[in-house]
Amino acid sequence: MKDKINNALKWLDDRTGWQGLLKEALYEKIPGGSRWRYIWGSTLTFAFFIQLVTGVILWMAYSPSSQTAWESVYFIQHEMWGGWFLRGIHHYTAQAMVILLVLHTMQVVIDGAYKAPREVNFWFGIILMGLVMGLGLTGYLLPWDQKGYWATKVATNLVAAVPFVGPELQKVLIGGTEYGHQTLTRFFAIHAGVLPALTIMFIIGHVYLFRRHGIHAKEPLNGEEEDFWPEQILKDAVACLAVLAAILFFVIWHHGAPLSAPADPSDQFSAARPEWYYLFLFQLLKYTSAFWGAIVIPGVLMLVICLMPFIGRWKLGHRFNIGLLVVLLLGSLLLTWVAMQEDKNSHHHQHALLDSQEKAARAIVLAGAPAGIPSSGAVSLLQKDPLIQGSRLFAKHCASCHRYDGHDGTGHGKMAKILYREGDSIDVIAEKHGMTIDEILKESHLTREQLEPGKQLTVNFVPTAADLAGFASRPWLEKLLNYKNYTSPEFFGNTEFSNSKMAKFLKDFDESDAEDLAKVAAAISAQAKLPYQAEMDEKDQELIEEGDELIVDGFDCIDCHQYLEPDDEATAPDLTGYGSKEWLTGIIADPAHDRFYGKKNDRMPSFGKDDKLTDQEISLIVDWLRQDYYVPPEGSQAHAGH
Amino acid sequence: MLEEKLNTETTNRRGVIKLWAGLLGAIAGVFPVLASLPMIFDPLRKKAEKGKWVRIASLDAVPDDGVPRIYPVLAERVDAWNKFPSVRIGAVFLRRSQDGEVSALNVSCPHLGCAVDYKESGEKPEFSCPCHNSQFELDGGIKNPKTTQSPRGMDTLEVDPEKLKKGEVWVNFQNFQPNKKEKIAVT
Repeated sequence: MKDKINNALKWLDDRTGWQGLLKEALYEKIPGGSRWRYIWGSTLTFAFFIQLVTGVILWMAYSPSSQTAWESVYFIQHEMWGGWFLRGIHHYTAQAMVILLVLHTMQVVIDGAYKAPREVNFWFGIILMGLVMGLGLTGYLLPWDQKGYWATKVATNLVAAVPFVGPELQKVLIGGTEYGHQTLTRFFAIHAGVLPALTIMFIIGHVYLFRRHGIHAKEPLNGEEEDFWPEQILKDAVACLAVLAAILFFVIWHHGAPLSAPADPSDQFSAARPEWYYLFLFQLLKYTSAFWGAIVIPGVLMLVICLMPFIGRWKLGHRFNIGLLVVLLLGSLLLTWVAMQEDKNSHHHQHALLDSQEKAARAIVLAGAPAGIPSSGAVSLLQKDPLIQGSRLFAKHCASCHRYDGHDGTGHGKMAKILYREGDSIDVIAEKHGMTIDEILKESHLTREQLEPGKQLTVNFVPTAADLAGFASRPWLEKLLNYKNYTSPEFFGNTEFSNSKMAKFLKDFDESDAEDLAKVAAAISAQAKLPYQAEMDEKDQELIEEGDELIVDGFDCIDCHQYLEPDDEATAPDLTGYGSKEWLTGIIADPAHDRFYGKKNDRMPSFGKDDKLTDQEISLIVDWLRQDYYVPPEGSQAHAGH
Repeated sequence: MLEEKLNTETTNRRGVIKLWAGLLGAIAGVFPVLASLPMIFDPLRKKAEKGKWVRIASLDAVPDDGVPRIYPVLAERVDAWNKFPSVRIGAVFLRRSQDGEVSALNVSCPHLGCAVDYKESGEKPEFSCPCHNSQFELDGGIKNPKTTQSPRGMDTLEVDPEKLKKGEVWVNFQNFQPNKKEKIAVT
């Protein structure tokens, strides 16, 4: 048997020479023996191998077009078996490669391994570094999420800064003048075809030249000569596994790679940042023009690095090279640190980050909803989502007067900035905003001495219209039907209605009426047909009927309000369908209509009638106020996912 | 003697190093391939829907001349991440005889899945597959066993008799595994 196998192997060897090849590959001599400092090249090759394998498998599930890229990546991340794991490995190995590249370069330069006759191999290494950076850059766009989209936009706009052919080059790269399908097909072909092929070719060349000149053994040699196999391979394998362990740590910690909301050219993404290893360049571009920061400075530095083998010939050249590399590295680290620090301390950036995280999480919930992703792509899910859009429209158009559970709808805006004017009294301001003077000064970062006209004060926001969280729900209406609440800033306290007939009407009630008023609240609330109250409304039919009777007979609400029956003489807002989609749409469109406040309307704009908001925008606000949007069932995958 | 002992020790030591280098190297090399397996075999978790009842047409729209006509089958379809509320998922031949009977055949050839044509020319109307020349009778049965490669006749589909009475044609649409003698649903 053994003979037969040996014969077969010999037969194959006669025809291929594989044994000689293997021998040559394994029995490379290492003067001074195997050492840990020689591991970096192998770890890089290993990382690249991981990228090739995981990349091809991801390719099986990825679909490069602006309506399917995010969607297919979502599917990989959240639906496919082990998809998040594989994508996570691909994502974090890419970052590990950048770190390994730096370490490999440092080792080569410090050991002097770039000197003659290894100049060309050093250049091959520099080219490989560029290829790996290019792979990172092109890969960042492929998920077609907000992060990749906006960051890559900046990167490709830098291409336009190239002298003479910049704009044409940019057009060729992104497949036209606008980002779209062909940007993705091109980037994908570059990422999965062009760059890997070039990288493989240059790795072969790199290893060939490395073997041609032999390993550059670092003096002093600290042992006897050994072979590559098995001594150095053992060290390399341990190092590779250590790199792998570090990658897996991040993959599991972050449950794969991040995926922000689908790319939306209309939604300015202020949190746009490149991948961390490009942050130094990003930061540099804050100080210099694109031409200098992205082309001249990096270009000159790359040229000097390429000339290192010749500079190294001079007496102090080698030290200069090491010094330059250390300075560049420290400089990059410093720029990266400054960039991160600026973001950390920027209220604006943190706000944008929160906004993007909220949208990303919501996009993933909606993509996993039973309605699924339409063929127009997931970006339309977010654009039509009342939870995301309604809250933001409220913040923009309604929150200068109204509140939503004390905030502007997006969780912000609890504080407001006002100008301290000549003749203002800080005592009056403090009382009006329900704060002590010390609190105002602390929020405004002022001392008492600094307080003078022209300064900005940070104070509690004082609403001038009702808080609309839970609008038309039973608890909301029960609260409203109480004189104290009705005339408080939470409802109509800061409007003309605090002195209205209704206010006076409510003044006459006391605690003994609470039960009846609750019935009235239940009846009016049932008109709203709120989705989150449907079960309760169904169950309490009797209570609601009693409430209806009280509105018509007991409390004579219909003296002023129209309720269930048409009433041309009604002088107060219509209670028929109060809080329903149709009713809310109507009042936002035109509160001064006879059906609502009529002539008594106090400052509320006619958003629809005056074209301040489109029908679709009003509909989004209405659905949001009524909480009429998709909510995933408790404990569902969308909840558990990140 | 001493030299021999030292030599054996060195050989042993090298053996251990070889073992570890081979083992750890293999783990590192195999890892990305292993990590890829779940995604590669992810399609296995997908199950085809069992037959679903689909409205094809109103009975009036199907002439009662016994001639088979092709009708698209529209239904909801989930394609990976996309959900389409109503798209064409296949087609059926409907044939209504003068006594009001309606029969339905899946257009897909039971041989290897090409779409079968209905041919009126020639001596007798028949179904004929454009790919490998299988021929079928109007009721779907194999016409020419010698030249027909298909192992079974065309796949008949259930028609809902209650819906027929109400003037609508509903068919239990289903695809079957090709190239098998028996009708086995695709799952």
